[in-house]
Amino acid sequence: MNKLKSMKKSTRKNLFTYLLVIIAYLLIQLLQGQGLLTRSLQGQLVPVCCYIVMALSLNLVVGISGELSLGHAGFMSVGAFSGVVAAMALRSSIASPALRLMIAIIVGAALAAVAGFIVGVPVLRLQGDYLAIVTLAFGQIIVNILQCVYMGVDAAGLHFRFDNADLGMTDGTTIISGPKGTVTVEKISSFTAGFFLILITLFIVLNLVNSRSGRAIMAIRDNRIAAESVGINVTKYRLMAFVTASALAGAAGALYGLNYSSIDPSKFDYNTSILVLVFVVLGGLGNMWGSIIAATFLTVLPEAMRGFEDYRMLVYAIVLILVMLATNNDQLKGLLSRMIPKRKEAVKHG
Amino acid sequence: MLKVSDIHVYYGAIHAIKGVSFEVNAGEVVTLIGANGAGKSTILNTVCGLLHPRSGSIEFLEKNLGGIPAHKIVELGMAHVPEGRRIFLQMSVEENLEMGAYTKSRTEKENMERVYEQFPRLKERRRQIAGTLSGGEQQMLAMGRGLMSNPRLLMLDEPSMGLAPILVEQIFEIIRRLHEAGTTILLVEQNAQMALSVADRGYVLETGKIVATGTGTELLDNEAVKKAYLGG
Repeated sequence: MNKLKSMKKSTRKNLFTYLLVIIAYLLIQLLQGQGLLTRSLQGQLVPVCCYIVMALSLNLVVGISGELSLGHAGFMSVGAFSGVVAAMALRSSIASPALRLMIAIIVGAALAAVAGFIVGVPVLRLQGDYLAIVTLAFGQIIVNILQCVYMGVDAAGLHFRFDNADLGMTDGTTIISGPKGTVTVEKISSFTAGFFLILITLFIVLNLVNSRSGRAIMAIRDNRIAAESVGINVTKYRLMAFVTASALAGAAGALYGLNYSSIDPSKFDYNTSILVLVFVVLGGLGNMWGSIIAATFLTVLPEAMRGFEDYRMLVYAIVLILVMLATNNDQLKGLLSRMIPKRKEAVKHG
Repeated sequence: MLKVSDIHVYYGAIHAIKGVSFEVNAGEVVTLIGANGAGKSTILNTVCGLLHPRSGSIEFLEKNLGGIPAHKIVELGMAHVPEGRRIFLQMSVEENLEMGAYTKSRTEKENMERVYEQFPRLKERRRQIAGTLSGGEQQMLAMGRGLMSNPRLLMLDEPSMGLAPILVEQIFEIIRRLHEAGTTILLVEQNAQMALSVADRGYVLETGKIVATGTGTELLDNEAVKKAYLGG
């Protein structure tokens, strides 16, 4: 009986979340139709979607699974580059850009999931700071590898070279050109695709969190030894959260990559990973709504305040530190709990 | 039911368990007693697969446990209530119990009823967040969680740790009741007097070796044991 009640509550909450996202989408579509969005804002719609998906997926790792991963942008880059290659390679065979985008996103997600698995198996043997260090290194390694990749497509198919710009093509198109990254990409991403990707991501993440597996993942976060002693396969569930998050990051990457005619691999270095982490921390660990809002505002705001761009990373660092301090401060938590009664419970067992 | 033969366990270069053998038969309460650092918890952690012996064998229900990971051992019917309780502090009492039935979700309902029967206090508090329970209640919850998988063998690691004497009495009363109900229990304790008073048989550990064994009453009367653990 009680279980039913609480189930219903979470399902209701989830439905409400989907509904709000749909309303936001319709609202933006309406504004766009009326010509009320500025050009720069319009250009940001797709990146905002990508960052929301990134934040949601990282929240799964950091908030739900409790592992500090600092290389999330690495998985995004895997998705971006593989997605771009897939979309460009299929340009002659599949005419519909929407279908190509979908395939690109699936390819991006699949390859990022593979990368997540390869990285996850050794890395998830570590915990805490060590995990953070290794994922940080992974993010950098991926960028360095991608800077050496050259890929092109011609009538004969795909050509691939590592650390060698000569692709041996006469009349083909270069897709990836080493340090320059992706070049001459046909932009096929759309806001609608981004919207659907957010919905799918929310669906996957919320369902995972409320499932039996989600409970197991959170149990491992709360107390690893206890989780093991009740018969939870710790490695399996940690890996499940990590690989799912990687796949979603890859999907976001594919969408992102196909939104620009060219992207330099260094776009996906640790700055982006930290940026996404800022979204997650600022929005609240384990709080999916917070991630969406933080990702939206922190992507739109810097553009709106271009004059302060130089100070952006500085401000992020300070904000991150302040948030960490504030959320660990008992007095402040007490104050918040008095102001917002709902938080009382959170403080008690926080 | 459980047969441990000559196990040696190392922490890196430290030889923690130096050839320990013991067995637990169905329906028995067996206790391992010993001072701090004698290796009691190490033995339990080895039996339930969190640690691995370098040599020797562990058999449970006629099955060799060598190389079986911890989460599979739970499925075989062994429940471990770890030292220091280790409940999920942020979950409610009921959710903690549900986690205990993780490997046996089909019989979750009846098991929960059974656990609530044994621990009425937990039923009263089932919506409460586990972190806000008192120490004794947390220990009950940890034991209840262990029983949720309907285990053939329940292993308790220092259930009296950090509890007031009156609560220790209560916990041992529960152990006695579980014993009467036919649960097989392997109990690890520092509180030798209490442990031996509920146990059918006991083993005395000293720096990784078993130095004495006998029935509970025999060990209570044993001069050496008295001197070392029972304060004369």
